Amino acid sequence: MASQVDLAQVQNTAHRTTTIHIRLVRGITSVLKYVALFFFSCFFILPWVWMISTSLKNPAELAVWPPIWIPKPIRWDNYIFAFQQADFSRYVINTLIIAVPCVIGAVLSNALAAYGFARVRWPGRDLVFAAVLATMILPGFVTFIPLYIVFHKLNWINTYLPLIVPTFLANPFFIFLLRQFFMGLPVELSDAARVDGASELGIFWQIILPLAKPALAVVALFQFIGSWNDYFGPLIYLNDKKLYTVSLGIANMQSTYGFMNYAWIMAATVMSVLPIIILFFFAQRTFIEGIALTGLKG
Amino acid sequence: MTITKRFRGLGREERRGLVTGLLFITPWMIGFLAFRVVPFVMSFYYSFTFYPILQSPKWIGLANFRNLFTDTRFLSALYNTAYYALFAVPLAMVVGIGLAMLLNMKVRGLSAFRTIFYLPSITPVVATALVWLWMFNPRGGIINYVLSLVGIRGPGWMGSPMWAKPALILMSLWGVGGAVVIYLAALQDVPRELVEASHLDGANVPRQIWHVTLPMISPVILFNVIVGLIAAFQLFTEVHVMTRGSGSPADSTLMMSIYLWQSAFRFFKMGYASAQAWFMFLIIVIFTIILFRVSGRLVYYGGK
Repeated sequence: MASQVDLAQVQNTAHRTTTIHIRLVRGITSVLKYVALFFFSCFFILPWVWMISTSLKNPAELAVWPPIWIPKPIRWDNYIFAFQQADFSRYVINTLIIAVPCVIGAVLSNALAAYGFARVRWPGRDLVFAAVLATMILPGFVTFIPLYIVFHKLNWINTYLPLIVPTFLANPFFIFLLRQFFMGLPVELSDAARVDGASELGIFWQIILPLAKPALAVVALFQFIGSWNDYFGPLIYLNDKKLYTVSLGIANMQSTYGFMNYAWIMAATVMSVLPIIILFFFAQRTFIEGIALTGLKG
Repeated sequence: MTITKRFRGLGREERRGLVTGLLFITPWMIGFLAFRVVPFVMSFYYSFTFYPILQSPKWIGLANFRNLFTDTRFLSALYNTAYYALFAVPLAMVVGIGLAMLLNMKVRGLSAFRTIFYLPSITPVVATALVWLWMFNPRGGIINYVLSLVGIRGPGWMGSPMWAKPALILMSLWGVGGAVVIYLAALQDVPRELVEASHLDGANVPRQIWHVTLPMISPVILFNVIVGLIAAFQLFTEVHVMTRGSGSPADSTLMMSIYLWQSAFRFFKMGYASAQAWFMFLIIVIFTIILFRVSGRLVYYGGK
């Protein structure tokens, strides 16, 4: 009898210690999880803080040790200077002149191509689509020299045409993305319209495109960001400073103003990032869905 | 001829489908021919020529390729690019998966953390480069200040031939957020039953991760590694902005792409630059094939 009671007691305490043990482990993991997240967040946030802080300093505060976090007084003038003197406003207008047609071109041409690959049945289609995918790994560096020479001969250097025209001729990455989406739409939609005598272009324009708005938004967004952020294209095709884009313009501020005026450069940098951040917060879901769509469903 | 014959051989429906399909993809076909195939072939041709842009190309056979291997600047560009890719790609993989796993552990404020990690990856690269250049500055930069807080005397970073590449690698981690979002989406697709089953079988957390989670997301890992590697081989903007196109100090950040750009636009050697471009292309193709081959045994495609 007595030994039985002992045994039960022993089991009981053992059980209790394991639950305590499990709880302890869970608690520690949870704490560690947030410690790790906090640590990484600091790493990811630090450059933003430094960017903004520097953009509000006066030159004397730039190379001070230990660094100053909050400048005194806060120099908002740096932004006005960057916007007016450093031609930032011109860069913004130039970039928009490029980006807006690029977005239109990308949405139209890629939607057309993706429709042709997803919703029209034709012999050899899958083979051609394989060619689309194959060009994805073709590095831009392999083709840019002949392209530069051709644009040079066409007298397109120092114009925006080399940056805009290619976007009207589709891009494998966007075709792939839209094709995935189009294939997910029910076939019955098109069949019903065909029975009613709609043309293929009519089906594309009136039925499929309106349904594909979320995917088209992803393309528009990525293309806008691509054009806004592009550096290599403007670098090789634009020589005239009056034509510079935001990215090229602020990179060039370095040689114009040098390190002693890094506050102006940072002010311009903050302004160059701002549209992207605003876009992100307005279209956060589109972003996350878009990036998941491109990466996953391969 | 055979094409027209084949075309006649098709049924009426098929013929209509073919015409419609081709009409829809016409913009892409023009772009494919004009901006991909033709330049691709042309650059292959140019790589065998001496071509200072203002004269017409002159055939010189394999001379450009032979020069590549005696050109010390090209060899150091090769070394620098390999160095960068060797560290940046695996690091991005480990940190990317790690962060995604952290975010997948029922975290409070998930969308805030996701935003914090993701935003840098859509920030203009020029902006990123300019900020980090200033952060790495040994005199007023924040990085050496943070290091000094824990008693480390920071190096000269972008001013030091030894530390410039590590600086670039560290900076590249800031852009890992795009991969994190993809990994996270993959992790959320791992069936819960699988993880629970392995738990019942007595697997501890590290074994769960190693035997269940990682195999289940392995196709996505392969995708991210290939994309990351291709991007690493073509690293350009960061270096061009931070060193103003020079690859300084002492050519320690001279990447293949930077040297290619210099050859084309500083020295106007279009033929030599094309040979470099083709060399770079071959390296990318070879590594992509190797990754696919090696991963054939490691990647699990049964998940979906």
